[in-house]
Amino acid sequence: MAKEAVKPAGGRGRSLSYKKRGLWAIKKKNGGTFPVHAKAEKAEVAVTKAPRFYPAEDAKKPLNRSFVRNPTKLRASITPGTVLILLAGRFKGKRVVFLKQLPSGLLLVTGPFRVNGVPARRVNQAYVIATSTKVDVSGVDTAAFTDAYFKSTEKKTRKSKGEAEFFEDKLEKAALPAEYIANQKAVDASILSGLSAELKSYLGARFTLKSGDRPHLLKF
Amino acid sequence: MPFTRYVEIGRVALINYGPEYGKLVVISDVVDQNRALVDRPDEIRRVVNFKRLVLTDFKIDIPRLAKKSVLTKALEEADVFAKFSNSSWGRKIAKREAKANLTDFERHTALVAKVTRSKKVRTAFNALKKAAKN
Repeated sequence: MAKEAVKPAGGRGRSLSYKKRGLWAIKKKNGGTFPVHAKAEKAEVAVTKAPRFYPAEDAKKPLNRSFVRNPTKLRASITPGTVLILLAGRFKGKRVVFLKQLPSGLLLVTGPFRVNGVPARRVNQAYVIATSTKVDVSGVDTAAFTDAYFKSTEKKTRKSKGEAEFFEDKLEKAALPAEYIANQKAVDASILSGLSAELKSYLGARFTLKSGDRPHLLKF
Repeated sequence: MPFTRYVEIGRVALINYGPEYGKLVVISDVVDQNRALVDRPDEIRRVVNFKRLVLTDFKIDIPRLAKKSVLTKALEEADVFAKFSNSSWGRKIAKREAKANLTDFERHTALVAKVTRSKKVRTAFNALKKAAKN
C-alpha cells in the first residue's frame, strides 16, 4: 500500500509555509543566505608568567559589599513647616518647626530659638512625632544650613596636662561664631513673622503625657 | 420604679463596646435571652449579645424581622437618629468623640482656654468672697 500524502493537521505544508513566511525574500536580499551577526572578537588573553614567589601571608581581599546606601526616606507626615515633637535629647518634649531634610537624611529643625530656645539643629526622624500642625516656612532661607555646618566647632583635642593643670583646667568653650548667631536670627525672624500668638504659645510649651493620656490613641 | 425600656422588636439600642461604640441599632428579633438580631439601614442584620447593647428610650413600630425598606421608612418617620444625637446622651457621646479627635495644637489651645477661664472665675470668686467677709 502506497503511503498517503498527509496534509499536516490544521496548517500549510512545509514548502507552502516557507513561501508564505517570506523567508525567500530575506535570502534574496542578502545574496542567498540569511544575514547573521558578526561574531564578537574575543579579547586576547595576555600571557603572564606565574610569579616565582608568593607572599608568605595571604593578602586580605576586601569583602564584596554590594549594598547601596539609599537616601533616607522622609516620613510622609513630615513636610516643610510641620511642627514636630522631639522625643530624645536635651530638648525632649519641645515642639519645633521642621525646615528641610539634609542630604545625610537628618531633619533640620529649629524652635524657633526665640520662642522655645531650640536652635537650628539636626534630628533623626525616628526621634520625633509629626503633628498635623503646619507653620508657614515658605520665606525661610535654609541654604546656610548644611551637614558640614553642624560639625562641632569645639576643639576636641585636649592638651596633655600635668597634675596642677588637671584640677584647674576646664576645657575652654569656644564662643559661638557670629555667623551662627546671625543665621539663627535670620531664620527666626522669617518664621516668627507668620506665627499667630496661639502658635507661638503652642511652640513655646513642652509636650508631656499626663495621667490618663493614652499615647497610642492620641491624635497629633 | 417600673422599667421603661424593654427588649422588644423595634427597640433602638446603642452598641457600647469596641470600635462601633455609639452606633445605634434596632432590635429586629430576639434570638434568646442573651442575644438579639439587630438591624440598621446601612448594614446587614446580625446577632449581638445584650451585654454589648444599651437600650434607649426610642422604639419604632416595625414587625418582627422587618424588611430593610420597612425599617428605613419607620426610622425616618420617627426621626430616631436625629433625635438621639440631640438628646443629652447623644451629645455626650459626640462631645467625647470630638475631644478624642483633637490634634496636639487644638489640645494646647483648649488647655490655654481652660486655664484662662478658671483664672477669671477664681478672681471673680475671690473678689466676691472678700466682699462678703467685710
